[in-house]
Amino acid sequence: MEGWDPNTKSTLTQIPLLTTKAGPRDGTAWTQRLKEEYKSLIAYTQMNKSNDNDWFRISAANPEGTRWTGKCWYVYNLLKYEFDLQFDIPVTYPSTAPELELPQLDGKTQKMYRGGKICLTVHFKPLWAKNCPRFGIAHALCLGLAPWLAAEVPILVDSGMIKHKDDAATSAES
Amino acid sequence: MEIELDQLLADLQSLDHSDPSSLRASLDQIQSRVENLANVARSGPVRRPKVECQDMSSEVVDSNPYSRLMALQRMGIVENYERIRDFSIAIVGAGGVGSVAAEMLTRCGIGRLLLYDYDKVELANMNRLFFRPDQVGMTKTDAAVQTLSDINPDVVLESYTLNITTVDGFETFVSSLNNKSFCPSKEGTGVDLVLSCVDNYEARMAVNQACNELSQTWLESGVSEDAVSGHIQLLIPGETACFACAPPLVVASGIDERTLKREGVCAASLPTTMGVVAGLLVQNTLKFLLGFGQVSPYLGYNSLKDFFPTMQMKSNPQCSNVACLKRQEEYILAEPARDAAAKAKLEAEPQSVEEGPLHEDNEWNISVVDDNEPEGVDTKSSDVLPEGFTREFPSADESPSLDTSEAPVTDDDDLDALQKQLEALNSA
Repeated sequence: MEGWDPNTKSTLTQIPLLTTKAGPRDGTAWTQRLKEEYKSLIAYTQMNKSNDNDWFRISAANPEGTRWTGKCWYVYNLLKYEFDLQFDIPVTYPSTAPELELPQLDGKTQKMYRGGKICLTVHFKPLWAKNCPRFGIAHALCLGLAPWLAAEVPILVDSGMIKHKDDAATSAES
Repeated sequence: MEIELDQLLADLQSLDHSDPSSLRASLDQIQSRVENLANVARSGPVRRPKVECQDMSSEVVDSNPYSRLMALQRMGIVENYERIRDFSIAIVGAGGVGSVAAEMLTRCGIGRLLLYDYDKVELANMNRLFFRPDQVGMTKTDAAVQTLSDINPDVVLESYTLNITTVDGFETFVSSLNNKSFCPSKEGTGVDLVLSCVDNYEARMAVNQACNELSQTWLESGVSEDAVSGHIQLLIPGETACFACAPPLVVASGIDERTLKREGVCAASLPTTMGVVAGLLVQNTLKFLLGFGQVSPYLGYNSLKDFFPTMQMKSNPQCSNVACLKRQEEYILAEPARDAAAKAKLEAEPQSVEEGPLHEDNEWNISVVDDNEPEGVDTKSSDVLPEGFTREFPSADESPSLDTSEAPVTDDDDLDALQKQLEALNSA
């Protein structure tokens, strides 16, 4: 964890760790894992809200809890940029991390694989591998997505690749 | 062809204004160009018919697509080449390596090919072999089937446009491997070998999971993202290391060899390296299927130094993959039977005559040492890496004490209640 800012570190230590090593094909063990995922997500969301740092919404899109959809946003120059967020739980979960997708940004940045999967290879995958099975979805958002947004959104905005929705609307009218 | 015709027309028009003395030469030139075009038009797409009967002919005539392959028997390399018609191969990933491997196997007259990919053909793929610019926009599986069925209509092609790392995709993948309708008498799964030609860690882990569960032998392949090195690896569940037995904790530090990163926008690729790796992969596939030569357990390819390292990896008794541990158990249980079979085979072979010492005197006490013999200390402590290696990932630190104290606490919670709690937070 060297190289991470103290803020992220202290947030991370407060997200409950998971204990069940189970993937979506493991029946009741997966249900148990899913409960742990919910608990850590609830704790993380509550923590964000109480710190006035609310930055995502995520919920299971199917009863099995293998597909998740929601939103995430990032504030830059006092403007809020919001994106759709989606991912599947891979069959080899939790040995492999979920691949977080921001489909609206597909093709707009080099730090992304096809289909809008954000690049987690260097900054996040080693941490996930080391902490399997204790890390869950909440940790992936905190250590994978949050730093990616912090690094990429300013570049995307400054280079004009993305526009704030108000700007986009006014420029379309004129 | 359109461009050439337009150019020809332009040239003809310019003849009007040209010097009569050079007219003759220009006319000759135009005539030969028209002839060429006519030839191209005449030899347009003609599908070769299926080979009538099930037999491959070894007759040496121009019209026999298999004569050069059947000659392998005459040369004493392969005992029975025709067996290739009975084999099924699954190729996961139809990219730079997979599509070329598929073409090679198709031209070899393989019985059945199963192809898996979810990507589409892009212009950015044109630096590699196989796909053509007019196939841009098609799914890679559709485009592959189009080309392959043209090349050899004898091959049974099955294509699956899906992502094997998702739950649904994985189920379809496993059930397709298990389908024995092509060869009902087959033991085990419905395929003889799985070739992994994917470009990322997640998909390799998914192939690994499926093959461990099915006890299916597979060959893994990869090309580094700097496009100058690659590898192939034979994985026999329970016997050799599975993909999770030796996670990418170590990489050679001689050159940057991150073979496990996938094709992003930034990854480099060369048709040469991919072609070499596909060639090595299919060569070992043929050796495995037809029983000639030796199948390399691991073969690396470093194109900068033209260095081909080989090595062997045993399965890891502490592997994190449950299915792998099960296969390892079975492998150990089957050991007496295996030994007996090996002994019987040895006895069946003609006994070689007792050899005397090759050299009567050995003044300098020179002795031959087996390459495979372990060299003592290094293999014992797994923490010590050989020189020239660094850890890419931090080593795993499981803490069993934590698991035992916390595991059984929380079974009384209700999933629905938790879900509602999160939704309430989400809508707040």
